[in-house]
Amino acid sequence: MIGVAIKMLMGDTGKYVGMIVGITFAALIMTQQPAILIGLLSRTYSLISDASYPDLWVMDPKVQAVDDVKPLQDTKLLRVRGIEGIRYAVPLYKGMLRARTPDGNFQNCSVIGLDDATLIGGPGNMVAGKLEDLRRADAVIIDVDGANKYLAQKLPDGTRVPLKVGDTLEINDKRAVLVGIARTTPTFGSLPLIYTTYKRTLAFAPQERLKLSFILAGLKPGVEAAPVIASINQYTGLTAYTAEQFKKVSVQYTIDNSGIVVSFGIVVMLGFIVGAATSGQVFYNFTQDNIKQFAALKAMGTSNGMLVKMVLAQAALVGISGWGIGIGLVSLLGLSIGPNGDFPFMMPWQVVALSGSGIVLIVIFAALLSIRKVVTLEPGVVFK
Amino acid sequence: MSQPVVICRGVKKQFGNGGGAVQALRGIDVEINQGELFMLVGPSGCGKTTLISVIAGIINQTEGECRVLGESVSGMSSGDKAKFRARNLGFVFQAFNLLPALTAAENVALPLFILGESKKAAVTKAYDLLAQVGLKDRGKSLPAELSGGQQQRVAIARALIHEPKIIVCDEPTSAIDHVTGANVLEMMRTLSKDHGTTLIIVTHDNRIFPYADRMGEMDDGHIMAIHTPETTQGRHYA
Repeated sequence: MIGVAIKMLMGDTGKYVGMIVGITFAALIMTQQPAILIGLLSRTYSLISDASYPDLWVMDPKVQAVDDVKPLQDTKLLRVRGIEGIRYAVPLYKGMLRARTPDGNFQNCSVIGLDDATLIGGPGNMVAGKLEDLRRADAVIIDVDGANKYLAQKLPDGTRVPLKVGDTLEINDKRAVLVGIARTTPTFGSLPLIYTTYKRTLAFAPQERLKLSFILAGLKPGVEAAPVIASINQYTGLTAYTAEQFKKVSVQYTIDNSGIVVSFGIVVMLGFIVGAATSGQVFYNFTQDNIKQFAALKAMGTSNGMLVKMVLAQAALVGISGWGIGIGLVSLLGLSIGPNGDFPFMMPWQVVALSGSGIVLIVIFAALLSIRKVVTLEPGVVFK
Repeated sequence: MSQPVVICRGVKKQFGNGGGAVQALRGIDVEINQGELFMLVGPSGCGKTTLISVIAGIINQTEGECRVLGESVSGMSSGDKAKFRARNLGFVFQAFNLLPALTAAENVALPLFILGESKKAAVTKAYDLLAQVGLKDRGKSLPAELSGGQQQRVAIARALIHEPKIIVCDEPTSAIDHVTGANVLEMMRTLSKDHGTTLIIVTHDNRIFPYADRMGEMDDGHIMAIHTPETTQGRHYA
């Protein structure tokens, strides 16, 4: 009888397609919007993602996110190095400086200063040049977007001439030579990213009393992070996080201090409501249009239980088809963008599960309307 | 003498309550025998359809008792009624009520699907039945591709496939022309005799009266008289 139900459904091509379009639309919205949201939120911790080497990020206790820099005294670095279980601890500068491009324009840039000796925290994916080239005089490495877009020379006809290795620019009126181009995770603020050494950033940056932004620390082999974090807090008064913890803290800060989740949530909710309304309506109409057939089946001895299974099978087919197409379309979108595209997009399994749960709710809602109709159906109508 | 398969005693049916109540059946006493072709005739609104609905266990009577194949269907749960209908009753509806998305063979096989038989076995048997009603080569046709008479023959095959003891027919010839109607009735009578099936037919169509073994003439919720075809010559019901 389930096969009969499926044939009944597919026999009404117009409504079948209409229901699938409704579910596809809902699945598309409920998957694509969270994927964009997560893509955007992942950019809030792009520096942490790209600097995968250190085990711990040590910072001022008041720091709420990776972009919320509260400089430390240089002596704190030495104190962290003295904590039991710490294998190394190196400084990291993170600041906002103004760069002058070859065509004379100015552009705010996010400048990262790496430990001169180890270059820990540097980008792992070099497109041109080598990370070690940062040890050359006035050397900087710029991210791909910075080199190709933000800091590129703009010609009078509007075309851009990307920066290339060997080009020079000014950072805070100090000469800088481009020695490498790195592919990095796009940042939330879409600013060009300039890597250089820690000491050089002290020269680039205006004079300030404190310049140490973060301390990147490594653990000795076999040492657990939690007790070391507790020791750092106890003996230095600083806060330390693992990379994953710091990512979560940074995301939470963005969620708490912006309306981004509410905005995307409203769109997802609208997708759910519109999908439920259209699919529910069309599915109910389908049942209504086939009510004499259901009545005939009921008169011939089909039990209410079997009729419920038939309606659920029809609803499930519509739901699975629409959801599958919706997920497929969103995946195609993600594949077309690529992992480091301009468009923020990230679709972990949780997003797929979330949209799947939403579709299940829509399908149950649509099916319940129809189930009520067929269960209370008086088979005697078949004689009228 | 054949055993009665339907025994109704003092059956009353009221729809609604209070001032708007409609008394559809006002005390029906009737017995229908095994293998008999029994017609219920009478003017529109006299209670014919209500009576077959009560006999088929589709609605419950308000008063009285109706025993079908020795069982009181009104006392059953809705699930047991459904099982009882699926096993023991076949239906031929006025508007055929074939499922438009299913082929003729699948439509015929429906009662076996309801009883849980495998698709392959059910469809094989459906082709045998279609052959008996002269539609062996139309098994894969959709109902929309069949004429009215062919659709009605598919409906008859559907009513017979699970070898029910009783077939209930509601105006089986009203949607087809006279010649086709006569052929359909002839076929139903032959097949029912072959299968030992009782036929209960509700009809206005006086041209098919001669096919009945007995006829219950209804009016205003009563069975006024039981006739044989000979005693109903020239009668007409609007």
